[in-house]
Parts: sequence; structure tokens; C-alpha cells
Amino acid sequence: MIPIDLIRKTARSLMDKAAIEIPEDYLEGLQEAARTEDGDLSSFVLQAMLENYEATKEDRRAMCGDTGVPRWFVKMGNAAQVEGGMCALETALRRATAEATNGVPLRPNRVHPLWRTDHNNNVGIGAPEIEYGFEPEGDWIDLITVHKGGLFGTDYRMLFPSDGIQGIKRFYLDSLVAFGKRGLACQPAIIGIGLGGSKDTCMALGKRASVLRTVGSRNSDPKIAALEDEFKELGNSIGMGAMGFVGKNMVIDCNIEVGYCHTGGMQMSVHAFCLSSRRAVARLYPDGRVEYRTDPDWFTPYQRRETVDWSPALEAAE
Amino acid sequence: MKPREIVLSTLPTPEDLAQLRLGDIVYLDGLMYTAREGVYMRALEDKANIPMELPSESAANFHCSPAATIREDGSFNMGAVTATASFRFAKWLPEWMAKTGAKLIIGKGGMSSKDYKSYFVPNGAIYLSTVGYGTGALLGRGVENVEAVHWNEELGLAQAMWVIRCKRMGPFIVASDLEGNCLFERENERISRNLEHVYEGTRPAVLKRFGETDDRTDELIG
Repeated sequence: MIPIDLIRKTARSLMDKAAIEIPEDYLEGLQEAARTEDGDLSSFVLQAMLENYEATKEDRRAMCGDTGVPRWFVKMGNAAQVEGGMCALETALRRATAEATNGVPLRPNRVHPLWRTDHNNNVGIGAPEIEYGFEPEGDWIDLITVHKGGLFGTDYRMLFPSDGIQGIKRFYLDSLVAFGKRGLACQPAIIGIGLGGSKDTCMALGKRASVLRTVGSRNSDPKIAALEDEFKELGNSIGMGAMGFVGKNMVIDCNIEVGYCHTGGMQMSVHAFCLSSRRAVARLYPDGRVEYRTDPDWFTPYQRRETVDWSPALEAAE
Repeated sequence: MKPREIVLSTLPTPEDLAQLRLGDIVYLDGLMYTAREGVYMRALEDKANIPMELPSESAANFHCSPAATIREDGSFNMGAVTATASFRFAKWLPEWMAKTGAKLIIGKGGMSSKDYKSYFVPNGAIYLSTVGYGTGALLGRGVENVEAVHWNEELGLAQAMWVIRCKRMGPFIVASDLEGNCLFERENERISRNLEHVYEGTRPAVLKRFGETDDRTDELIG
């Protein structure tokens, strides 16, 4: 049984970490971009961002004034149990979100869509989102918080098999060019692409590809991994850099996730996890141990399974 | 070539502004205030009295919601500070500038050269863009003091009018000049030359969307 107090305390600490500490994989990606960038203005911007991450850590203040819309992903081993049950866990995550809004402080971004009511704590109807995943082994839970910026860089389109890779590339470029101008997508970004599923799952897959995978990770399907490499290079060949200035760094990495879809369709979504690619993760064990990390490790073989029954031995043999 | 760096007052003289070139890096000294859709609607549509003396106190309007909170004793805790995209405020800006004498509009992403020429230039104003975007911690360091927050009861903390004393706050980039030239349009024009080449080997979607055609009788297929 995982103590609810431990969940509450860890969640609160994850909120701080996400807002303040840029994940190492993204930082290294951006440092590499800064080394290769030769546009005058783009270079200046990347240097300023690197200085900003330093200032953030020194001062323990949020890295960006737009602290995004905090959300949670919860991954549980099949044997995990939470003291008080799952509703207690949800309350703990909502409370941590509210407390951190005042504590860090974060910007109280969440408002009612019509009445613009602001509770000043980032909690409201459906906020923060809490999504779940499960793993066949283990009695731990992973708490993952993501503070993604919200307004620009995401799009969805129903493509069809006849659109093919050429159509996928077109929509990918259209999304980058449209949202990259004037830097509205706050690039260079981790671009996530969702392919297939239904409209809602396609959006979820693409979002998770951008926020739950790390820079340098590759899809387990070698042909999709090759597409990820190709798309990263394609995005960086546009000639657009940070803030939409002339430059060669738009995409720190491109991650693609797929789900089986209707036989007639090929849903596609594109998402940009911005210069403040904020995520923080902790694994909690029933004995009270807590291990912090920045890699959500969400897309395990189990998450990408294709068969009715789960058989790790079979999966390994393939 | 490294961009030029300039320290500018939030009550700049016309001469101060005339010397600025597109792409210059600016740091600000003096009083600035945040105002975005909430403040604009309240001041211009609901005709509420603006709770500051403008422009004598400040000519710098920041399109920003800070990550900030009001402590129980009434003092302020302002952490990170970042701009929000300005193009959405074009509806209110001409009237706002005329009413408040703002000379520096500070935000994310700039406006169009059409905006600059039609109401920035006649008002002797220029646009400064934040950098990144997302140098929230660097800008936060430039906050010497939070002087006041107005309309937080009516508009909430994110839309409230925050009054900030800046000390070498920056960096910002000069995105328009007194002639109404636009930095982002200049960059877009350069990037556009390469786009045809990048799009080689791609194909438009077989099912179109409205917006890709404005003909509402179009069936959007093929």
C-alpha cells in the first residue's frame, strides 16, 4: 500500500521540479542546437535561453512566466495499491497543483472557457487532467507531471491512405511553418506526431509523443524510427530557427507514436513541446522509497502491444 | 555579428526611439504595467477609470501575465515573467495607445507592418519582443519591485494590471521601428525563398478544409 501522504508530498515536489528544472535530455539537445546555429538572431535567442535555465535553477523560480497547464500522468504496476483508493490519489494531485500555484509561484492559467472564472490555483472542471497507464509487473506508481504551454503548435487532420507519406510530410511542414512564424510555437521544440487511432486518441498519442518521450529516444519499430530521423532533419531544413528568425534549429527531436485506426483513414496530429519542455517524474514504492527522474518511460513494450494477450517472452523473442 | 545592446527608459524620448534598429537588444529601466485583453476590455469597453496616471508614470505596456501571487500580508511574490502573443490585441491597441500614450508595446511575436504603419507610427511608438520565448527567469530578475496590482479582484491574477519597477529588465528585441518596418516580416520573407524547395516531394491532402478555400460551395475533395 502506498501511503497517501507520500503521494501528496512527492506530487508537490514534482510540481516545483517541473516548473524550475529543465530536463537534461532537452537541455543537451538545445546546447547542441546552440553549437550549430549560425543565424545571428537565432543564436542570440538560444544563448539567452541557456542563460535563462541557469537563472531559473539559481533563483529557484519558474523558467517561463507562462507556466503552462499542469497535468498528470499516473502509471501503476499491476499490483500497486493506493491508501484511500484512486479518488484519494486524484485529490492529492489536485491539492499539489493548487499548492504549487501559490508556492512556486505558477501563473494561475486555468480559467472557465466561457466565464473566464479563475480560481487562482490551476484547478477547475477537468483541470488538471489526470491520465492513467498500467504495467503488468510491479507494486509501484509513477507520478508524472507535465507543464505544457497551450496555445500554438498543435493541429489535427484526417488524412487517408491515399495521402501516403507525402501527405504526412505536407501536414507536418504546414504545422511547423504556420506555427513557427514569429516563433509562436516557442521552438526549437520536441515535435510529437500521432498517427492513427481515432481523432481523440490520435491527439493523445501525438501529445504523449512530444511530452512523454525524451530527446534521442526512438520508436521501437525501426521503420518509424527512421521516419523520426528523417522528419527531424526535414523540420530543420526549413531555414527557420528560434522565434521564427532565419536559422537551422526548429526541431530538437521528432517523436512518432502510432495506434491502429479505421481501415479507411490515417489520422494525424502534430504537437510542439516548447523551449520550456517541463516534465518531472517520480516512482513511489510501498516501503516509502521515492526515485526522481525526468524520463517518463511511458512507451514500454506493454503500451505498444499488438496482441490480445500479453506475453513478455513472446515479445522478447520477436 | 552580435546584436547591439541598448538600455532604454520606459518613458523614452522620441530621440531614444529613433536610434533603435530592427534586431537591437534592449534592456528597460523604469515603471511598466501589464495590460492584455482583460484590462483592455475593462478600460475601453466598460469605460472603467484606468487606475494609473498614463503616460506620465509609464509609457510601457507589457502583454504579460506574470507567475505571481499576493501574500496574505498584501505583499507580492513575483517569480517568472513572460509575454503572451500580441497579435490578438490588435482590436484594442489603437484606442489604447491614443488614450494612454504608450510608446513601448512589449509582448510576444509582434504585430503586422500594417498595424505598425497605421497606429504605431502616428503615435510614435515601437514594438519590443521578448526573447525565446520563455526567458521568464531572466526577466524576473529585472523586476526591482512590484509596485501595485490593480483590478485583480475583477479580472483575476492573470489578467490583472501589474505595475512593475524594472531595473535593466531584458533582453527584449526591437521588432518595429519608427518607420513601421517589421522584423518578423523581414525574416519571414527570407525564409519563404527556401520553402518551395523544402516542400518538394510532399502533396496536399486529398480532403481539403475550409480555410484552404473560402468558397463555401466547394466540396473540398480532390
